[in-house]
Amino acid sequence: MALVDPPVREPLDLTRARLSTRRRLADRAATAVISLACVVALVPLVAVVGYVVTRGSGIMSWEFLTSDIPRQYRVEGGGMYPAIVGTLLITGLAALMAIPLGVLGAVYLNELSRQNRTARAIRFLADVMTGVPSIVMGLFVYTIWVLRFERQSAFAGALALACLMLPIVIRSTEEMLRLVPDELRQGSVALGSHQWRTITSVVLPTALPGIISGAMLAIARAAGETAPLVFTVGLVYAPSWSVSDSSTALSAQIFRNASQPFAGAQDRAFGAALTLIVLVFAFTALSRLVASRLAVES
Amino acid sequence: MTTLTPITTAERPDLTIRARGSRLDAAFRGLALAAGLVVLAVLALIAYSTVDAALPALRAAGLEFVTSDRWAPNAPDGPHLGALAFVYGTAVVSSIALVLAVPVSIGIALFATEIAPRRLRRWITTAVDLLAAIPSVVYGLWGIAVLAPNVTGVYRWAHRTFGDLPVVGALVGPATSGRSFMTAGIVLAIMIVPIITSITREVFVTVPRGEKEAALALGATRWEMIRGAVLPHSFGGMVGATMLGLGRAMGETIAVALVIGSRPQIVADLFATGDAMPAVIVNQFGESSGTFRSALIALGVLLFVLTIVVNVLARVIVDRVQVRFRGAA
Amino acid sequence: MSDPTPASTALAPSPPAAPAVDVLAVQEEPTVFDVQGLSVHYGAFRAVRDVDLQIRRHEITAFIGPSGCGKSTVLRCFNRMNDLIEGARVEGRLRYHGVDLYDPAVQPVEVRRRIGMVFQKPNPFPKSIYDNVAYGPRITGQKGNLDDVVERSLRAAALWDEVKDRLKRSALSLSGGQQQRLCIARAIATDPEVLLMDEPCSALDPIATARIEDLMREIKERYTIIIVTHNMQQAARVSDRTAFFTTEASPHSDTRTGVLVEYDLTDRVFSNPRDERTESYVTGRFG
Repeated sequence: MALVDPPVREPLDLTRARLSTRRRLADRAATAVISLACVVALVPLVAVVGYVVTRGSGIMSWEFLTSDIPRQYRVEGGGMYPAIVGTLLITGLAALMAIPLGVLGAVYLNELSRQNRTARAIRFLADVMTGVPSIVMGLFVYTIWVLRFERQSAFAGALALACLMLPIVIRSTEEMLRLVPDELRQGSVALGSHQWRTITSVVLPTALPGIISGAMLAIARAAGETAPLVFTVGLVYAPSWSVSDSSTALSAQIFRNASQPFAGAQDRAFGAALTLIVLVFAFTALSRLVASRLAVES
Repeated sequence: MTTLTPITTAERPDLTIRARGSRLDAAFRGLALAAGLVVLAVLALIAYSTVDAALPALRAAGLEFVTSDRWAPNAPDGPHLGALAFVYGTAVVSSIALVLAVPVSIGIALFATEIAPRRLRRWITTAVDLLAAIPSVVYGLWGIAVLAPNVTGVYRWAHRTFGDLPVVGALVGPATSGRSFMTAGIVLAIMIVPIITSITREVFVTVPRGEKEAALALGATRWEMIRGAVLPHSFGGMVGATMLGLGRAMGETIAVALVIGSRPQIVADLFATGDAMPAVIVNQFGESSGTFRSALIALGVLLFVLTIVVNVLARVIVDRVQVRFRGAA
Repeated sequence: MSDPTPASTALAPSPPAAPAVDVLAVQEEPTVFDVQGLSVHYGAFRAVRDVDLQIRRHEITAFIGPSGCGKSTVLRCFNRMNDLIEGARVEGRLRYHGVDLYDPAVQPVEVRRRIGMVFQKPNPFPKSIYDNVAYGPRITGQKGNLDDVVERSLRAAALWDEVKDRLKRSALSLSGGQQQRLCIARAIATDPEVLLMDEPCSALDPIATARIEDLMREIKERYTIIIVTHNMQQAARVSDRTAFFTTEASPHSDTRTGVLVEYDLTDRVFSNPRDERTESYVTGRFG
């Protein structure tokens, strides 16, 4: 029984036209601006990669990858073979030092420490360490190693890169360890295993894809670093596989050649840049692949 | 099914025997702790050795180090070690980078979390990750070979158009070469977009769905929902992300060194050549010696301290925001 | 005793035909665990107090009661798993064949090799089926053919026929019920004397649950089993003795402490309980 006449309603119109123009325009404008931001970000990606690829492939050849570096900037031709050797050697050495240490450190932080003060201090300092500028790492290794032994070497460069990689590996490994469900640890403990065995037989294998992926990202980052190497590895024009002698790297070579006005130097710089980008992108892609493939398998 | 025979435990079991591998447990624990302590040791060593190497210059220069802008380490009348121009350069270049990068990063983060269709999101994250993966020296090379020459035209246009305005005019001086504060700032901006974007995205993701849905249910447009629910909630996190980007910008050496022009001066003109702390270190280290070299290391120490302060502050802010909202959500 | 509601009559077991028998006369098996005055504290919080009971060999003992009454807490005392929790403290005495399990000289690792555990949610390692079952024997350095041990354990867990052709496949490819039977196989591969089961069927469907209950009846000839379950019908179906826990208000704080109310032959607990709290619970009036 109606006490009041029901209100007369207009026919229902739920289209956008009912919104006030001002609000509709504001929404459209905002969406446009935000989308523009994405485009603006993509432009440099395309510009940089595109230019390096086009300019670099001009000089790219098997010869380029296997020839020595010319001793004079203005010479045309030549190659970057010694730099490729150097990058692989120095980055490989750094990885060998930083990754086991980093994984062990993360194991301590996440599995063994019971979150005491030491653990929190280490975690905090590892965070601080990720923010140390790479050039400071180079200066550091210069003062304690290069000056001490009075020579620049591939090892010194590797030391600097390892200092850069260590906190990154620790943090990413810790994240992965945290993802391992606690029930697995409990299952292993209930079967009568010691903690080291639970960690090495259950926790680490379960977290392994993520750990490898994180380590590869750290390697890719280290391979591209220049500043730590500038004072520590020296310079060579011929490939050197010796750890205790001077060396060079793709990143260092790009830096040296970039500010040279000569076309030959510029060409070589871009060739090296292309090689470096391919290397870094390949490692980054591989790390993604490892993370998804092995995770799916289990 | 095989038949099961009952176990008989007649004698009292000895549960006190140390099982196999218990000694390994202690050794393993010690090894892992040692690995963790390496971090402490390395940081302490960095601090000690660099400060130690920087002391000669700091003693020679005294307070002048941070108050004077006269940098002439090899002057005949004794070294002048005023680093103010470099600090100024770092500040200017980082500021330009932030002004350019923060809006773009926020835009990308918003696009990826609120606007983009699901399939597009992965591509955006991939693109941002690729931006982050490009080594800084490649950015520097591109900056010096491509950006610097081509951007002088834009600078000249800006100078012609805005050069006579009261305050702004001082910023847009005549551009002589492409190497300048501005060019370095642009390259830096590109480099810090990934880190600001990724942290901002993480913060946006923690906005409770309930708040967003409440706004939409009241009839808000998407933009109004973003403005009303997402952005206010994320303000602290965005500040933290910005500071992390700042820390990264301050410490970036190679790209800046290549495009800033290496002429230490304190001027308002953004199109002028300048110099910055990490850049001068890497450019002049090779030819330096004695007090000069010590001064460069001192610059490194100063940079170290400043970036640590910024990074620690940033982490504290980001962590506090994350904890507050992850805990509530 | 008031009349039970029709629904619970249908589910509760029928009372034994013989009149009440003296408990001592029924006891043939020797005691495996002797618990006296057991209390467990987590920091300042007392989770359960003053538990007295004996677990007899080759019996299935069930712990039942509402949630939060400390049944799992007590269960975890038997294999020292409470050690893993920060601030956990145990008072009272828990003897295993006369040895005080909480004696400082006792090695928890040794305890756990003799007293196995199966958890509420199946937790197979992300390894192959074979490697899961072989995990325990490998730790204890068991000599002899691992293949035999694996097969025996899988047969005892009634899983062999389903997986014998794919032992190298990942354990995670099994269904939930199969995974739980795998966990049981894994636990018995080290040939423990006791098997602790913490709500082993609560994550499984009824069919898988029935298979595991059958399994329990089969293997109790060799093992001694203690099972925690929130499903009292399950306790009535499989167990020989039942311990009923409940919570009571703490005198000093506003938390609740678990307490053992009644412990007796299962038939007695369900058809003729001595305590009215037990009666309320088993007739479905609460919990």
